[in-house]
Amino acid sequence: MSTYTQFVDGSQASFGGDEFIFVEVATDMDLEATLRVIALTDAVSSSEISGVTDICPAHVSYMVRVDPDIRDPREVLPILEEIHKRKAQESKLVIESRIIEMPILYQDPWSHDVLMRFRDRHQDPNASDLEYCARINGFASVDEFIGAHSSRLHIATFVAFMPGNAECYQLVPKDQQLEAPKYVRPRTDTPDRALGFGGAFSTIYPVQGAGGFQLLGRCAVPVYEAQQSFGPFEANAVLPKGGDIFQYRPIDMGEYEDIRQQVEAGTYKYRIGVLEFDLSKFREDPIGYPQTLAEVLP
Amino acid sequence: MITVVQPGLYTTVQDRGRFGFYGVGFPPSGSMDQYSSAVANILVGNNPDAAVLETTFLGPTLEFEQDANISVTGASADLTLDGISIPLWTSVSVKKGQVLAFGAAIAGVRNYLAFTGGINVKPMMGSRSTYVASHLGGYDGRVLKPGDRLEIFQDSKPKEVRICCEIPEDLRITPRAHQEIRIVSGLCHYLLDPQSQELLISKPFTISTEANRTGYRLKGDQLSFVERRQPFGAGSDPSNVVNLGYPVGSLQAPSGSELICLMRDAVTGGGYATLATVISVDLDILSQMKFPETVSFESVTLETALRLRSERAQRLRNITELVNSIA
Repeated sequence: MSTYTQFVDGSQASFGGDEFIFVEVATDMDLEATLRVIALTDAVSSSEISGVTDICPAHVSYMVRVDPDIRDPREVLPILEEIHKRKAQESKLVIESRIIEMPILYQDPWSHDVLMRFRDRHQDPNASDLEYCARINGFASVDEFIGAHSSRLHIATFVAFMPGNAECYQLVPKDQQLEAPKYVRPRTDTPDRALGFGGAFSTIYPVQGAGGFQLLGRCAVPVYEAQQSFGPFEANAVLPKGGDIFQYRPIDMGEYEDIRQQVEAGTYKYRIGVLEFDLSKFREDPIGYPQTLAEVLP
Repeated sequence: MITVVQPGLYTTVQDRGRFGFYGVGFPPSGSMDQYSSAVANILVGNNPDAAVLETTFLGPTLEFEQDANISVTGASADLTLDGISIPLWTSVSVKKGQVLAFGAAIAGVRNYLAFTGGINVKPMMGSRSTYVASHLGGYDGRVLKPGDRLEIFQDSKPKEVRICCEIPEDLRITPRAHQEIRIVSGLCHYLLDPQSQELLISKPFTISTEANRTGYRLKGDQLSFVERRQPFGAGSDPSNVVNLGYPVGSLQAPSGSELICLMRDAVTGGGYATLATVISVDLDILSQMKFPETVSFESVTLETALRLRSERAQRLRNITELVNSIA
């Protein structure tokens, strides 16, 4: 058996030791490939293949974890191949999704304190992360950059790294895609719930810890709750799922403190709407279509 | 109840690990040396899912407020009960009021301490394993501290366990300062240039001081990657890929300058090319290694990896029969 197996749709599969199968659908970041990965892994999931313990979609690839004590992983590979064959004939790229509002205090004091402690690890030690991001993306002011970041939606294309973390790609025409490098050397500290931005991806840090994304602000509500004590966490300790769409709504300090109190009391209600995301509609109208999605928020 | 007098260097509650949540960022966690952990459970009559304590370099000092049957496996270390030396790889009866104390590991890194009944902590997402980075599972989601009190499951009909049932030498682990570690090539192995593909399986690598439940960093010759147009969204370094999932045991080489083997508490994905995966039975062996010990990687087929895994399962069945036949 050779190391790599090529599927009819151009995907490449290989084994990650005796427990994992890795399937590379594409090598470049591309929203179409992401939606294909979601469609493929949904199909793997609904096939309920015995011995498969975990299905892990990424931006343009995915992994399946198999318990070899239950099922020989070599038997699972042809099943995946068959799913790829079936899905290659489907051209419609529509996924079940949710839209979730995340209240963000941009330029918050806590992230600012942390980022100032690590200026020696940053590309531009004399500017804040937001000033740097605004400048390299051609904005005259931080407020204009925040406007561009918050006025358009972001879709979770890779839920990974640690629980609650979701790398999100902004739903904008490609020429309007914001970009920023990660820190030259990663920080050893980041506040929990900090809003980070690196490459073309935004994420909310689930817990305090190391990190390399530019720090833009802080979210008032958690994306991970180990105790599973309230709201969406009662069913699942992590909030984001692959394909979820996020609206980052800028808030001021007064509202931030108000929401924090609701979260602490366990009374905060996440604003979540259920929808379908259709890639062809987004391509036809990358400005107007996401606005119709935002209207689904309750 | 069992009181933690001294917690040791890094002692956590672990079991076989957490399944089903890898896709949302939860690594499996669980005992690093699954074989030693399973043997510890078998020795005290537990099923293999029971929660045990995993120690690191130096285990805890524990005061028993109840009678208990215990076993300790894994690294070789001096183990005492009320100051009197007791053996590893055997079941031992402990009386209320007695104090169990670990010395530093002499060969190997991790010990597994099992109690008949297993440790009673709340399962989180189907597992009692501790995942410290996300404060999840185990004892309060963290390493043990002085004064912690461990509760042991009290079965209404405690299983008969033959005390002093000893595991034969050839069924114990034997830590060595150099080991062959077997890998399966795949993932993004095609991004390594041909010389580096050869180098990976021909030159030794030295385990660095950064070697823990998250990952083992290894020093060796510089690895290099094939020249290619970097994919959109991957980052500029040739070792960068568009972020992808990381299998447990996978090897990566950020900038080619050091090799990292991801262990059971690792991040579940990231942006470095994955090159090959250490087979699961050899993750047990690697878990018992430390700075400045060395490894050589040997490339094996998946068929070999699966055969070795079956042999490990057979050894555990043999041990179960042995323990049952004596009891």
